[in-house]
Amino acid sequence: MDATRTAAIVLRHFYLLRGSVTRVVPLFVWVAIDIVLWGFITRYLNAVAKSSLDFVPMLLGAVLLWDFCSRVMHGVTTAFLEDVWSRNFLNLFATPLSLAEYLGGLVVSSIVTSALGLLVMLLLATGIFGLSFFVYGLLIIPFLLVLFLFGVALGILGSGMVLRLGPAAEWFVWPIPALVSPFVGVFYPLSTLPPWMQHLATLLPPSYVFEGMRRILAGGAAPPGMLALGAALSAAYVALACWFFARVHRHVVRTGLLARYSAESVS
Amino acid sequence: MKTVLSVVGLRREYGETVAVENIAFRVGAGEVVGLLGPNGAGKTTTISMILGVLAPSAGTIRIDGADIATERSRALARTNFAAVYAPLPGNLTVVQNLRIFGLLYGVQALPQRIDALLTQFDLQALRDVRCGVLSSGEQTRVGLAKALLNGPQVLLLDEPTASLDPATARDIRMKIRAYAAEGEGGVLWTSHNMYEIEGVCDRVLFLSRGRILLEGDPKTLPRKHGKATLEELFIAVAREPLTLGGS
Repeated sequence: MDATRTAAIVLRHFYLLRGSVTRVVPLFVWVAIDIVLWGFITRYLNAVAKSSLDFVPMLLGAVLLWDFCSRVMHGVTTAFLEDVWSRNFLNLFATPLSLAEYLGGLVVSSIVTSALGLLVMLLLATGIFGLSFFVYGLLIIPFLLVLFLFGVALGILGSGMVLRLGPAAEWFVWPIPALVSPFVGVFYPLSTLPPWMQHLATLLPPSYVFEGMRRILAGGAAPPGMLALGAALSAAYVALACWFFARVHRHVVRTGLLARYSAESVS
Repeated sequence: MKTVLSVVGLRREYGETVAVENIAFRVGAGEVVGLLGPNGAGKTTTISMILGVLAPSAGTIRIDGADIATERSRALARTNFAAVYAPLPGNLTVVQNLRIFGLLYGVQALPQRIDALLTQFDLQALRDVRCGVLSSGEQTRVGLAKALLNGPQVLLLDEPTASLDPATARDIRMKIRAYAAEGEGGVLWTSHNMYEIEGVCDRVLFLSRGRILLEGDPKTLPRKHGKATLEELFIAVAREPLTLGGS
């Protein structure tokens, strides 16, 4: 693996971001709107609820963590889609660039863009609504790690789908986080779900993060084994997503889809 | 003459359709080889396979000795291409595109190399202009500058002068000829301009219906087949490939 070639992919994304307000603004505007919206909802719930529950870390914290995961996924897919939109596949895949280097470049680009989104969310959530990450203790690190890895896996999976199905398939990709969120218990305990959804939730790493978060806020502790399982599952999904992307790439090179990509001829 | 590109038994099928059928040829260092044929003859399919963006159904492609199927990165580091259907991203400037592709091809002393190519292709004034707003001729020159970034052993040019005015086209032909004359790299050139092919190519391959029908010196080949010019021969290949294939 050649780090210079990975750096070239990151540099390409940096150039695009630097020269484009329309690319930079969405990195933090949607998550900022989410935080503001949920910030006021949690304030309202704190005011009307007669319980001792603090909704700020429970709901606002959950929104922040889930938005981080979504931003990571969108960071990977957006960096990939830049090559779709600019019809750059022939130029790119005719270079010595390997798939590992290419995907590495997409992930590093996503780290930068999602970190910016996370920073803005933290500033708003702590500055305006008094959310403190200290309530989660050091476990915030594995929480973020699990969500980051899962976001990367979803991003690579989404990119593979677009590579396989053609440019218009990007509309399948954007809603993936919304599709996953009911199963991972972002806002409610998994016990709320029907059994079949609970079974599915055990296969989704973010479930372990949000269950762990609620346990901490209820005064308990997140079992380390649970988070380790979440991290292991996330890492496995990243490997699986890379395998899927490589398989799709092999398919589009074999069938000729890559050479006539804009024709969107699924075969 | 050292072989920089070797194609053996190359075949490509799309379902029942055979786009390229068992073709074999080589390009030597310092040589400019024309790949000619009517639309749909298999030229772009052949180039796509050499570039590794289309897998052959059968056959082998070696670039400077490296098999593209098993040593993809090594093989592609020694090649480059320019084609009208593969413009560089229009949302990046000329110099940004050259920098990114320079890094991808592992070009040494990249800033100096970019400066030299910008000067060579008369692009200095456009270095900070986004490629998407350049004229088609300017975009072609940027594409050629990108194609020469890594001093490739195999340079693939798919109709490189199609959108250029005659003066610029002649200038570009001279530059590519000069590149080949340096003796390090060979050029595979497709064009429908037979005047250009006669002036530039050392050897031509006539492709029709996925097969190589004729091969030879573009200056002597027409007479061998009873035609006055290369253009007449081209038309004959396009209309009556079977009669020529048997001669």
